[in-house]
Amino acid sequence: MARNEWPLFEVFIRPKNGLSHKHVGSLHAADPRMALENARDVYTRRGEGVSIWVVPAAAISASEPGDKESFFEPADDKVYRHPTFYDIPDDVKNI
Amino acid sequence: MTQQDALFEYLLRLGDTSLALGHRLSEWCGHAPELEEDVALTNLALDLVGHARMLLTYAGEVEGKGRDEDRLAYHRDVFDYRNHLMVEQPNRDFGHTIARQFLHDAWALELYERLTSSTDANLAGIAAKAVKEKRYHLRHSAEWVVRLGDGTDVSHAKMADAFDRLWRFTPEMFEADEVERTLAAAGIAPDPDSLRPAWEARVDGVLAEATLPARPAVVGQTGGRSGRHGEHLGYLLAEMQYLQRAYPGATW
Repeated sequence: MARNEWPLFEVFIRPKNGLSHKHVGSLHAADPRMALENARDVYTRRGEGVSIWVVPAAAISASEPGDKESFFEPADDKVYRHPTFYDIPDDVKNI
Repeated sequence: MTQQDALFEYLLRLGDTSLALGHRLSEWCGHAPELEEDVALTNLALDLVGHARMLLTYAGEVEGKGRDEDRLAYHRDVFDYRNHLMVEQPNRDFGHTIARQFLHDAWALELYERLTSSTDANLAGIAAKAVKEKRYHLRHSAEWVVRLGDGTDVSHAKMADAFDRLWRFTPEMFEADEVERTLAAAGIAPDPDSLRPAWEARVDGVLAEATLPARPAVVGQTGGRSGRHGEHLGYLLAEMQYLQRAYPGATW
């Protein structure tokens, strides 16, 4: 039997206030409203989050594996872009 | 009837209703039309079993004869069960499950909201915990009623048929006997009939949005609250209780 699948949504969860939303997976839903409820049921059953974003997978533009060389390799030899020349005080976390 | 007897009986009615409906929903595990909905229905099932656990545990304490939640859940037979007839109705198609859930949720949310101000602190505490989950349950089931009612010709027809099959079980939710009257007088539980206006408004609003036929006036089929059940509950209990009956006290 031919079957039309519901569209795919990507799910982003914010684990707690102050952190940013993080991609956790995807799901199928008929529309954004259903996608939010499905995300609640599938991805927050164990208290994983305080906020959910759902995005139609079709709305995401992704880099291609073939772009790897031109996109990412030029950064490899530019050590001056890393703040490794500074002394960081011990009390400063999360850098 | 003493207040204690009334409260025990009332807690069984609420707890058994949650337990039977939770079991019906658990039967969908692995069978729902979509993977995501499969998880959603089993979430609802677990919530309902959780409510049943709190209510039956408290029932055992009120009774004071040493029966715990498991004793009450697994070692009572059909005529000692006090659930509404609606929730023991066997699963048919997904639309029927949604309609049954919706009619129950709209009632249960209203009830638990009222019970949060019960003069019985334990019952108020249980209600405060359950009410948050019931809000989500109703949102979920109402959403599906609208989607399916206002969906395709087939889904519309199935939803209309499901509600036709279920209306006759709804008046039982608003019935009162000496149990409810005793508790209402003490401010422990609301008069069931006082839940009706809010339930009707919620149900009618969602049906209209779902383009489904309006709620008919029905003469209800009742009896579950006093242990007079249909033929289906026995099968439900046989499956649910099998393990504890065959291996009493088994744990894992």
